[in-house]
Amino acid sequence: MIEIQDLHKSFGEQPVLRSTNLTIRDGENLVVIGRSGCGKSVLLKHIVGLMKPDAGKIVIDGADIVPLNERELGPIRLKTGFLFQSAALFDSMTVSENVSFPLREQRNLSPGEIQEKVAEALEIVGLEGTQEKMPAELSGGMRKRVGLARAVICRPKYILYDEPTTGLDPLVGDSINNLILQLGERFDCTAIAVTHDMKSAFKIADRIAMLHEGGIRTAGTPEEIQGSKDPIVQKFITGTADPKQIDF
Amino acid sequence: MRFVKQWLAWIGGNTLGGLAGLGRLTFLFLETVGILISRRPRWNQTMRQLHFIGVRSIPVVIITGAFTGMVLAAQTYLQFHKVKMDTAVGAVVGVAMARELGPVLTALMVAGRVGASIAAELGTMRVTEQIDALRALATHPVDFLVVPRFVAMMIAMPLLTGFSILMGIASGYFVATQLFGVEGAFYIENMDTFMRAQDLYQGLIKSMFFGLFIVMVCCYKGLHCRQGAEGVGHATTEAVVVSSITVLISNFFITMLLNEVIPP
Repeated sequence: MIEIQDLHKSFGEQPVLRSTNLTIRDGENLVVIGRSGCGKSVLLKHIVGLMKPDAGKIVIDGADIVPLNERELGPIRLKTGFLFQSAALFDSMTVSENVSFPLREQRNLSPGEIQEKVAEALEIVGLEGTQEKMPAELSGGMRKRVGLARAVICRPKYILYDEPTTGLDPLVGDSINNLILQLGERFDCTAIAVTHDMKSAFKIADRIAMLHEGGIRTAGTPEEIQGSKDPIVQKFITGTADPKQIDF
Repeated sequence: MRFVKQWLAWIGGNTLGGLAGLGRLTFLFLETVGILISRRPRWNQTMRQLHFIGVRSIPVVIITGAFTGMVLAAQTYLQFHKVKMDTAVGAVVGVAMARELGPVLTALMVAGRVGASIAAELGTMRVTEQIDALRALATHPVDFLVVPRFVAMMIAMPLLTGFSILMGIASGYFVATQLFGVEGAFYIENMDTFMRAQDLYQGLIKSMFFGLFIVMVCCYKGLHCRQGAEGVGHATTEAVVVSSITVLISNFFITMLLNEVIPP
């Protein structure tokens, strides 16, 4: 279980997270929604210690990770897989080298075993036989799939998705949604996704939390969110902008 | 008055920023040394960097050393010929290449070729979240990115400098004997008389310091690059300028120090 308690984060004079509280239960698919720039990705990066909060706690399986240094965070990070918005593949490495990277870093498997696991991970994401391709040769959807294969190859307990469908066409985006659901079932892992793609959110979420003005505005099942009377929530999920006010 | 205040604030801000950067650079260096002492190096990465920093720099370094030796021999001959000291060309070329021109020019070429590449590569990795991806995969960026480059640079720089010195002396010999008619035996004899092993040691030791400055400055600039293409460009330019200037300034102080430790 992951508990985010009273988290604060500012960039210079700009507060992004203001007393954010959120609990992520084991085995659930939680989707954090919110407007662009509201701090969704910042929240996600705090969960794996890529950013340090100004105040607050992030408790993963009973241990607060905020005071941990980069090396102490290692074991926590081995429990998590992270799919970056841009996939963040290592562009000097082949697909195979990218996917096998976490296994090679752990240095406890033979090259043959590593290749078997790479082939299996690529099969799960539907990219068999692409081992020798370079990231530059892949489409956006394929890059995300390779990123996903890399994120799950060590069988993490938690998988974090940063805008998994952004920049993809609707069909590819939907196939990524299906993949997220399949991975959850196959590995019995907890998924935390941030997105502003409501179709994706309603498809993959067991629970949705809306981040607004630095705090969790509301959280509930997709049905509860759809039925919410909160005008800010309704405006966001229906994508209705006020014609008299330009929002950026 | 207002202008003076703004000016002072600008100077103060830049000084504090520079000192903070120097502090971070020092911590990066200490962390790199700490990792080198406590952990097994990543030999695959180190060999890859050794190939890039060392092997692929050989042509540039050979051309630099050769033409520097040639022009030095020509200029020295033209001046020494006036006082009938033609055969001293070998000694001047040998000592100058070993003590100064070999290490400094090699360092400047490496700063331009390798330093720019290190800063641009790490800077691009930073802005495309590849460094965050490394961290998320439980890999420390200093372990994976800085230490192999540091080790490779420490091995490659003295070897490249040795190549440069050797090429400078050989090409100087060619120019002096073939173009200006200096007797080869006297060229070698004078070089042997006036050039000592200490000259070579000093050049090679200096090259290791220069390599250290180049690799640390360029890794630091890449790892702390600002966002966007402009940030990468800025980091790359700063890396080359700062490391080149550091080489030139430190050269004086290292030379003075080494002259005390290894008297000429």
